[in-house]
Amino acid sequence: MAAITREKFQRSAAASSADILKRLANQEVILLAAIVLLTLFVSLYEMGALGRAQPRFLSERNVVLVLQGNAYIAVAAIGMSLVIISGNIDISVGSLIGVLAVVGGNLAVWLDKNSLPVWIAWIAPLFLGGLAGAVNGFLVAYLRIPAIVVTLGMLSILKGGLISVTGGEWIKDLPTSYFLSQQRPLSGLPEMLGNPEGFLGYLASVIGQLPVPVYAMFILTIAAALWMKYSAFGRSVYAVGGNAEAARLSGLSTQSIVFRVFIINGVFVGIASVLFATQLSIIQSTVPAGVELLIITSAVVGGVSILGGTGTAVGAMLAAILLSAITAALLFMNVSPYWTKAFQGVLILITVLADIVRRRRQARQISG
Amino acid sequence: MGTPILELQNISKQFPGVKALDDVHFEMQAGEVHALLGENGAGKSTLIKIISGVYKPDTGVIKLEGQPVQFNNPHEAQAHGIATIYQELSLYPELTVAENIFMGHSPHRRIGPFNVVDWRKMFEQAREILDSLNIHDLDVRRKLSTLSVGNRQRVEIAKALSQNARILIMDEPTAALTEADVVRLFDIVRLLRERGVGIIYISHRLHEVFELADRVTVLRDGQYVDTKLVKDTTEDDLVSMMVGRTIDNLFPKLEAEIGKPVLEVRNLERKPMTRGVSFTLRAGEIVGVAGLVGSGRSELAQTIFGITPPDSGEILVDGQPVTINSPAAAMNHGIAYVPEDRGTQGLVRQMRLRENISMAILRTLTQQGFINRKAEAELAARSIKQLNIRAYSVDQVANKLSGGNQQKVVVGKWLASQPRILIMDEPTRGIDVGAKAEIHRLMSELAQQGLAILMISSELPEILGMSDRILVMREGKIVAEFDRSEATQERIAAAMMSAAAPNNANGVPQPAAMQEA
Repeated sequence: MAAITREKFQRSAAASSADILKRLANQEVILLAAIVLLTLFVSLYEMGALGRAQPRFLSERNVVLVLQGNAYIAVAAIGMSLVIISGNIDISVGSLIGVLAVVGGNLAVWLDKNSLPVWIAWIAPLFLGGLAGAVNGFLVAYLRIPAIVVTLGMLSILKGGLISVTGGEWIKDLPTSYFLSQQRPLSGLPEMLGNPEGFLGYLASVIGQLPVPVYAMFILTIAAALWMKYSAFGRSVYAVGGNAEAARLSGLSTQSIVFRVFIINGVFVGIASVLFATQLSIIQSTVPAGVELLIITSAVVGGVSILGGTGTAVGAMLAAILLSAITAALLFMNVSPYWTKAFQGVLILITVLADIVRRRRQARQISG
Repeated sequence: MGTPILELQNISKQFPGVKALDDVHFEMQAGEVHALLGENGAGKSTLIKIISGVYKPDTGVIKLEGQPVQFNNPHEAQAHGIATIYQELSLYPELTVAENIFMGHSPHRRIGPFNVVDWRKMFEQAREILDSLNIHDLDVRRKLSTLSVGNRQRVEIAKALSQNARILIMDEPTAALTEADVVRLFDIVRLLRERGVGIIYISHRLHEVFELADRVTVLRDGQYVDTKLVKDTTEDDLVSMMVGRTIDNLFPKLEAEIGKPVLEVRNLERKPMTRGVSFTLRAGEIVGVAGLVGSGRSELAQTIFGITPPDSGEILVDGQPVTINSPAAAMNHGIAYVPEDRGTQGLVRQMRLRENISMAILRTLTQQGFINRKAEAELAARSIKQLNIRAYSVDQVANKLSGGNQQKVVVGKWLASQPRILIMDEPTRGIDVGAKAEIHRLMSELAQQGLAILMISSELPEILGMSDRILVMREGKIVAEFDRSEATQERIAAAMMSAAAPNNANGVPQPAAMQEA
């Protein structure tokens, strides 16, 4: 063992700056850099081309909006990351968010009318989401129906069912205690710090402005990242997605792992639906369009390999923020919002291409 | 004899780490059936891939009717009249017989500005070709997926003829055929020979060589051994030509004390490939399982390990009957299985070395749902030391290791589970000689420590060099058993391939079963 550690030590001592660069060049760092660069670019563009003294892109209001508007996408993208890492896909998540938002909203109205605690409407969608995930997971893991078929069916059932049951009616009289997006748990932070000046003051005031969904996003991401990296279950998910046959031969119960992944994804979708519904004053009885695509895009751009086996929750969250920031940036630069989708598409293609090139290069190294 | 229709001189082909062909010769006359023989890995496949343009030789000359030629791809070889019928047929199941025959060169006619397929002509010509082969019972309009394997193969031959093939390469054409289909196939081969087609015939079944071939060329370890007239040779001659090589210290077999039986298998059945297998494995013993590809060796291992649980029969561990219906159950009884293909069954390539090594015992390394990373790293470091894995750290991604080191990682994973019964399926396939010797040494040491090892191998030297006892499988059954002292390459090879296949004679459809597996 001494020999190994010594060899390792010599290796790291000899690590050149190229090695360090290589180590930094993971998806998370690239995404963070992209977010920073985008922010700089838009701010400079605003000050230069549009002649604004203060870049509005960096205003507290916009930062909060960018983070909050897509918090539910980021949370759903964590669940989606798990699903894709396990070698599957779930395209019913957008419809599920729509359905659970309507269920949660109606429940909130009913609870309020009957003087029952409204927070039940925050919790119930988690269970219902888990239940829907269990149905998907059962069909995929135990009946071995391809995930894309199962979740496509689920998508149609949810979408059609929602309109049939509600008749397209909107939910309007939501109780104010239901809105998570208006609750700012750290609004007293600047005062607590004695109203500091400069950058620290800016930071404190932004953090004070942050609503519950943004905290939910950060906390869930960190918890999921730690859990995926250090828990035995997280490890098994990577193993199943990386090589299901090898995992099975190693005694891992691949079916039960996939089943549980879908349930967990359902719970995350449930949370996402609550974050989504509690920032709306009116909940429409339709499924929000293209949300599943945005969620899958976040996961994939975040570094989750479409072929399974690799990726992280942090990457998925950063990608969700980047996508949201791009949408806002285009708006601030007076570019037609129709370009947003095109940019997202380009981003997906670049990321997937990079993933495939990386894999090919590795494959060549092995055979060569 | 006139100018050979095909001649290969001094052909060599190097792959990374392996010299697949080394100065090989081959020569065939028109109207000859020329058998190509050799063990698995002798270089037959590489040679036919060079003839059919899949690979380019590193050195050497290919001559067609005396003219040197060079093929850059299979298409150019086809254009020169070389057709290959591979083991896996290359036909389109959803198209008709005629469409398959004329795939890529269907007759066309013009309607105004359009060049369209002339269906009538295509069906007529397909009929003519089939008739010329004395195949009158095949409807050219039938969909291929509705045909038996034997009939599909006849379509494949018709396809080759439609391209005016002068040289036909048949790679184990009878492997998946029933007895009746084999007879019909041989009739067609003889018909083609009369027409002056040169046929390269590869088969592991020696009696077919004697029934059909005019001459036979033997390869061994990528080298040319000899070419003989079939009528001047015997089955024993051919077997010793195929396997005759010396065993060196690649096999450091150590004396081990043979203890009590730890694994007993009685009448184990799992259709279609495991058919009434019984044997005993003792502590400290290495039992080699020999047999041709498709003889049911891996299937037996997978049945014992619970991947494909048995239909009937008994498995006893330490004399106690046990039920094994999953790999997890097998592991609970102290059984470990190093699978045949480390790429698809052994490693998770994008995971780190430590993560691969701990995979089978993740549960024991876990506390309250979280992995004890320190214990995991120590485990991986011990494995690296024990197996001499050349990696710079336990965090190295498995993908970046060489083949031999990857195999050691898979072995390390299974040794981590501290098994008492270790099944190794082709433990040293495709790895370099150094790593091979290291794995063999490790096996010897483990047996000395009382581990019972069941080793499946297609390499007879490995079987002979490492085993205390040797079981020979054929058609899902154990057909022979040899003690180390009485085993020779010839005896094992004869048992593996035995021309007298008693099960065949009374029409038991066993070869067809192989293709279902």
